[in-house]
Amino acid sequence: MPNLKELKNRITSVKSTQKITSAMKMVAASRLKRAQEAAETARPYAERMGRMMTSILENSGAIIGGNKLLSGTGSEDVHLIVVVTSDRGLCGGFNSSISRESRRHIRDLKAESKNVKILCVGRKGRDQLKLEFGDAILETYEGIGKTGIKFDEAQGISGKIIEMFDAGEFDICTIIYNRFVSVISQEVTSSQIIPVRLPEDDVAKAKNESSGDADVTASFEFEPSEEEILTYLLPSNLNVQIFRALLESLASEHGARMSAMDNATRNAGDMIDDLSMIYNRSRQAKITSELIEIISGAEAL
Amino acid sequence: MANIAKTKVVFELVTPTALAVSEDVDMVVVPGIEGDFGVLPGHTLVLTTIRPGVISMYIGDEITKSLFVEGGFAEANPEGCTVLAEGVTDIAEISAEDAQARLVAARDALVNSDDTTADNEVKVAEAMVIAAGGNATQH
Repeated sequence: MPNLKELKNRITSVKSTQKITSAMKMVAASRLKRAQEAAETARPYAERMGRMMTSILENSGAIIGGNKLLSGTGSEDVHLIVVVTSDRGLCGGFNSSISRESRRHIRDLKAESKNVKILCVGRKGRDQLKLEFGDAILETYEGIGKTGIKFDEAQGISGKIIEMFDAGEFDICTIIYNRFVSVISQEVTSSQIIPVRLPEDDVAKAKNESSGDADVTASFEFEPSEEEILTYLLPSNLNVQIFRALLESLASEHGARMSAMDNATRNAGDMIDDLSMIYNRSRQAKITSELIEIISGAEAL
Repeated sequence: MANIAKTKVVFELVTPTALAVSEDVDMVVVPGIEGDFGVLPGHTLVLTTIRPGVISMYIGDEITKSLFVEGGFAEANPEGCTVLAEGVTDIAEISAEDAQARLVAARDALVNSDDTTADNEVKVAEAMVIAAGGNATQH
């Protein structure tokens, strides 16, 4: 049986750990609320952008071949993977599930002897991937989302992606991020952003809305031409998609951290209970044995 | 579109971070890439990019609100008008000095580099100066 002093020290240390985890939980909860609001306010823009894209594509199937962001480069040898993780840990399986999925995806691609390049958003993703794919990582963005995600930050990343695409450095771009489902669950999502594929829920929504009104399917006038609009719209759409992924990822991160810290706080509580039980029991045992010693000493006299 | 029942235009201005405006107005004037255009009820279907400039919302003959936008897309349909814009500022908040300062900075940046973003920034700043100047003469 450990001695009382040791037990007492352990209880104090577990208690202070519990204080830290419960404080982190509170912080994550308040940040989660903000991140969730941000994700919600960004939704109308993405929805309407999707609707515009659909209107154009429905009206002008013929010109799709004209834009590389839409039609692709014709080959699919070089893949760019954007891995969105957090900068900081202590958020349960948040980062490891992303890097597990990325690793699986990259290995699959390598097995098909494709060339893979990686852009990391968030330090944790880079740390976990650099051992195996260190030479494929082109760049790491850190410190994103410290004070909420700014649209500029998303623009910076998508600007870089488009620059690389225009330079012919890759053919297909995929983004892997955690989609926010609820506070306690995130879903690892991998979506192809170049060549563009419309997110299906947006398309379905746009279709539903337009089917209620026969006029909307009538043809649009475009100013300037469809093609020119597309050259503006497609990069903007990429911005929006990345912005959305970053927002979802941030909300997921805080959700994951909150539930991880909640668990940790609860586990610490259980541990404190167990340790206190042992502490009290051994204290009583000690008192009892001292009493017996005294009594038997007195009897011997 | 001989739909007489509809007398208002549903105008929505959406930015990446928020639904900035969603109001019923009588007319809205949008700075399209090929010229300003007014959207009245029953407007034909138009999709256009917009240049840096001022969006004006009208109720009756009065401008109720003017907003400066740095660029984006507009969609007009018989029911209303949706604008997807970046960099939206209420025109009342733009001062002529700030706009001028931005223009000077933008021109300096353009001297040092000739990429499209610097060029774009100059265009935005120019439009902003005009918008701010226009604002000053109105009062």
